[in-house]
Amino acid sequence: MMLFGSIDPALLLASLMVASTPILLAALGELVVERAGVLNLGVEGMMITGAICGFAMAVNSGSPALGFVAAAAGGAGLALLFALLTQFALANQVASGLALTLFGLGLSALLGQGYVGLKPPATIRLNIPLLSDIPFLGRVLFSHDLMVYLGLVLVALVWAVLKYSRAGLILRAVGENHEAAHALGYKVVRIRVLAILFGGACAGLGGAYISLIRVPQWTEGMTAGAGWIALALVVFASWKAGRVLLGAWLFGGVTVLQLNLQAAGLAIPVEYLSMSPYLITILVLVIMARDKSRAPGSLGRVFYATQ
Amino acid sequence: MLRLEKRPQPSRLWTWLTPVLAVLITMLAGGALFATLGKDPLEAIATIFWRPLFGEFAFYYRPQLLLKGAPLVLIAIGLSLGFRAGIWNIGAEGQYIVGALAGAGVGLAFYPAESWMIFPLMVLAGAVGGWAWAMIPAVLKLRFGTNEILVSLMLVYVAEQLLAAMALGLMKNPDGHGFPGSRNLRQYESAHNGELISGTGMHWGVVAAFIAVIFAHILLNRHILGYHIRLTGQAPRAARFAGVRPARLVLFCLGTSGALAGLAGLFEVAGPAGQVSIDFNVGYGFTAIIVAFLGRLHPVGILLAGLLMALTYIGGEIAQSNLGLPAAAIQIFQGMLLFFLLAVDLLTNYRIRISSREVA
Repeated sequence: MMLFGSIDPALLLASLMVASTPILLAALGELVVERAGVLNLGVEGMMITGAICGFAMAVNSGSPALGFVAAAAGGAGLALLFALLTQFALANQVASGLALTLFGLGLSALLGQGYVGLKPPATIRLNIPLLSDIPFLGRVLFSHDLMVYLGLVLVALVWAVLKYSRAGLILRAVGENHEAAHALGYKVVRIRVLAILFGGACAGLGGAYISLIRVPQWTEGMTAGAGWIALALVVFASWKAGRVLLGAWLFGGVTVLQLNLQAAGLAIPVEYLSMSPYLITILVLVIMARDKSRAPGSLGRVFYATQ
Repeated sequence: MLRLEKRPQPSRLWTWLTPVLAVLITMLAGGALFATLGKDPLEAIATIFWRPLFGEFAFYYRPQLLLKGAPLVLIAIGLSLGFRAGIWNIGAEGQYIVGALAGAGVGLAFYPAESWMIFPLMVLAGAVGGWAWAMIPAVLKLRFGTNEILVSLMLVYVAEQLLAAMALGLMKNPDGHGFPGSRNLRQYESAHNGELISGTGMHWGVVAAFIAVIFAHILLNRHILGYHIRLTGQAPRAARFAGVRPARLVLFCLGTSGALAGLAGLFEVAGPAGQVSIDFNVGYGFTAIIVAFLGRLHPVGILLAGLLMALTYIGGEIAQSNLGLPAAAIQIFQGMLLFFLLAVDLLTNYRIRISSREVA
């Protein structure tokens, strides 16, 4: 316990909130995509593209806010390629998603050539008056940057829209049974394209959060599997927004804890600690694989409208 | 108004024309990309596709084609079996690393003993290492129903960390003055995967790749297991009625692709790479996915696609040093190839018809 004694719990929880935000954003986007019946395995590619688009824009304009806008646009732009492939060229979704990731990794490396070693403009941390002065909770909950809160708002929004709104109902209908939705006159392809674009924008935001706030700098391949963890998170969450948040905190917690243990100089080599987020992802997949009943019915299937 | 009409069967003609078409479109789009980077597009394309084969220094580059193509073909052959049956092993990069670690580990354990038995043992260990790493997603899929895509991919990141731990720890060269990386296997006669015929680039990995192509061809066309793989991919329901046992297919496809990826890793680490170092792997496991698709999941197609992809690696390196083309541009180029292939594949499965409005 000596070891844990050197770690401040308030700081740990606060950095948990920061560490979980990128995968939370990306996983929420992917959740909407999958609820519309599309499996986009390109999250990693869209995240890394968002990371560099956001970074480049923030450095050039001096405004992190503009950076995040550019990141969302970059992620959505890459997602558009996926939409064209899967919705119009009717390509296999697994292969297209992989292509998107491979392409995104290359594209980001090319775009990021001149940006290695630069520092992005700092994002302002909101110190919410009064609330942030509360001893423990103030540091943990009320003194973060805006994106952390945006992530939380997005959880509530995605949950409410999917559960209560007409648009959410249609989206779920398209995902559960695209033939039936088509027969009812809903525009399956149009709805899916919009969902894919939303997913791309969210992944882009998540990527930019890593390059602009979490790290903050640009290195090639810096998302290091966060996109894949986000994909696993959607399965973990049984396609439910609230549980995505729980999952993101769990992974954020593991990441932060292992980083702290590395810093604390534990006798275990750093490499073995760095494995832990990936191993825990596998473990969680094993535990959660039992209930598969909630996967959207048309997930990953090609929709071809017979006139 | 353009309309798609599903073909009763995939067009045989387009099945083989689409990869060629995709390569041509990629050259055009790649040329445009190179032009925006301020390079002469024709010069760049010629440097990538022509120089290595027929240029002034072709005698040097042609053997490289085999060196770089062999691991790609070896891995892609394994992947194609699973992809045909809808079993997605995308963690070949991890199996490649673990195979290399297992094989090199055996070699290093025998150092400095000399015996003809060491290299065969290393080959065996490489295959077993890759196989075992691929068995993790296979067994988890069968036992718990986890998704093999996510598990095999997570294991790539685990394998990369394992590689770093080995290169900096257990396998570090004790005489290396503290530098990371293992002993150089090229200087260890019994463990070295050297050229079989000097100056050709031919090493045991190339031989293994050719054998894999032949075996895959026989398996898919002459063996009941290959028939089951194809049946499962084309008609999963019919396959079940025909008595195909999905669990056996999962074990076989993931196991074989893992073993082949492990072999590729071992041949690389004991030959061209020479030592276990943090970054001896250069992403062949991921590029092999493109190779498998570009080769239409067909053994002979994969052989050709592997050589083509090797060409882009070699030509890319030349373009890097001669034209200052960034390394990432080649990566994009390879990614685009898969994109365009998937897009033009539409022509294989659908007819494009021009329809008038009233005939709805």
